[in-house]
Amino acid sequence: MSNIGSYDKRYGNFDWKISADELEYGKDGMYNIAYYCSDRIVEKGFGGRMAMIWESFKGEIRRFTYDDIRVYSNTFAAFLKDTGIERGDRVCIFMDRIPELYISFLGILKLGAITQPLFSAFGEEALFTRLEDAGTKAILTTRKHAGKVRRIKDRLPALKHVIVVDGDALSLKPGEIAFNMEKAVRFDSFDIDRAGPEVPSVLHYTSGTTGQPKGAMHVHSSLLAQYLTAKWVLDITPDDIYWCTADPGWVTGTSYGIIGPWSCGVTQAVLDSGFSTQKWYQFIEKHRVTVWYSAPTAIRLLMKDGNAVVEQHDLSCLRHLISVGEPLNAEAVVWSEQTFGKPFHDSYWQTETGAIVITNYPGMKIKPGSMGKAFPGIIATVVDQRTFQPITTPGTVGLIALKPGWPSMFRAYWGNEEMYRSKFRNGWYICGDRSSIDAEGYFWFVGRDDDVINTAGHLVGPFEIESALLEHEAVAESAAVGKPDPVNMEVVKAFVALKPGYEPDADMELSIMNFIRKKLSPLAMPQEIEFVDSLPKTRSGKIMRRLLRAKEWGQEIGDVSTLEND
Amino acid sequence: MNEELKKTIIEYIKREYLEEDAPEEVNESTPLISGGIVDSFSMVSLKTFLEKKFSIKIPDDKATPEAFDSVNNIMNLLKEFNVT
Repeated sequence: MSNIGSYDKRYGNFDWKISADELEYGKDGMYNIAYYCSDRIVEKGFGGRMAMIWESFKGEIRRFTYDDIRVYSNTFAAFLKDTGIERGDRVCIFMDRIPELYISFLGILKLGAITQPLFSAFGEEALFTRLEDAGTKAILTTRKHAGKVRRIKDRLPALKHVIVVDGDALSLKPGEIAFNMEKAVRFDSFDIDRAGPEVPSVLHYTSGTTGQPKGAMHVHSSLLAQYLTAKWVLDITPDDIYWCTADPGWVTGTSYGIIGPWSCGVTQAVLDSGFSTQKWYQFIEKHRVTVWYSAPTAIRLLMKDGNAVVEQHDLSCLRHLISVGEPLNAEAVVWSEQTFGKPFHDSYWQTETGAIVITNYPGMKIKPGSMGKAFPGIIATVVDQRTFQPITTPGTVGLIALKPGWPSMFRAYWGNEEMYRSKFRNGWYICGDRSSIDAEGYFWFVGRDDDVINTAGHLVGPFEIESALLEHEAVAESAAVGKPDPVNMEVVKAFVALKPGYEPDADMELSIMNFIRKKLSPLAMPQEIEFVDSLPKTRSGKIMRRLLRAKEWGQEIGDVSTLEND
Repeated sequence: MNEELKKTIIEYIKREYLEEDAPEEVNESTPLISGGIVDSFSMVSLKTFLEKKFSIKIPDDKATPEAFDSVNNIMNLLKEFNVT
């Protein structure tokens, strides 16, 4: 029997109080996520249970019990407090998937500060944009990534503290602080911040079509949704070994790589390694992973490597598989059922929703290729893109819309009230994705409603790439669009017109690729560059990105009446 | 030639994919993809470098994470294109 039991019964008879009651949320005035992810599990008598089994790409293993993460997160909190960090300050975590990332996340929350995790592969400009926007006061990083911070620090007056968690006296630069979690004086207790359920907790940056990335701000009561979705959708129980393959630089890696699983008291396995089919199967087999939350891109890469490699491993431990990040194609669902004896269950949500909102549930019939149905407590529909009225005819494509009010809904875009308000129309939160709903209530994803590029489950904003491209000495004008890709769903393709005197050759292609990779991130690096003499523009001079994208997707170009006459 | 080739590739990887102050070392057997030095997206720029440097075209089905996971693996891949 799954945790959710009957989906229909749950949906028809639901109250978020279920989650609050199970967690005893708010007891003694305690609402802090970090308490529910560590101290509470210990108080319930499970301090000796393994919270994290971590393995590096070299095979090094570190283990942490729930009492360990309680004490180490206290230690982080005490250190940060001593450094001068206060309630509401933004503290960035910028490191690979090492234990210090997961544990400092809780430490920052215990202090009442706001955690701002950022993907460690971000280049210096991507990092700068996000730290400047948030007015970040401190950054926790490692020697591997400190160089990027050093190059931008002088441009960030609000950034007062650079803390290197694997640093030593020899490796530090002036003004930096070394903090070694395991060597520091341990704090067995810490006065956890009790400011309340609506106090900001996590700030995740996400990309849009226009402008720079926006900081989606969440609050501590998001826990109510993250806990219950982890329990009912991921179906985790305290006996499971759970593996979420997402990086906590992105929302999946915090909602379901930290908060959801640890509030449920499960043991999670973490692999700090780049993708490798052999390594991933070895990891599952070695740690006896039972619940696996991954992404379509990874699943398609595993499919590509075939079943012979699967047969070299005993993967019988797997009992429940879930996917997120981009639509899971029907072939992948069928393949996983044939290969692992279990289908991957697609789930849909986004940074702004904070938790899963539409998904396939254990025990509910899966229609391969469908995103599934709305989570209990979530009122989801599709609306007409002009009137924002719900569409009642099954199979008609509209914009996915959610009725505001679920606990993990973002509460603001940091410093951008206007943009936040623009996301709500006619009483609905508009997700920005198109879908239809069939007669049985299953959602079928169609595509984005904007120019944002979804590559391997990560949203990349074309404006940010185009702005960076223009900083390359040879680029006169540019456009970035998503191009279909069999593995990553989309990859970035750039159209570039060069300034006079520059040659569109392989050297230039490589120079532009590396320029964007270092400045922004590998995800934003164009996987293909097409050199053009000029770009299609409207009469007012705006580049018609839509037209370039339609060509890549083999779609109708649509209305070009505003196209500039060359 | 073989050693020169390895040196060229190692130097390029250090220069392009590692921070100046990073503690990581790169030698011929260092895991590049699984070690997080070169991710699967950046692999395309490494592939472009090799194609440009050695005037070859590496088909997509040969450009796998395993084939790029160390300088030794890259050397084996280059052998297929008579680059030694």
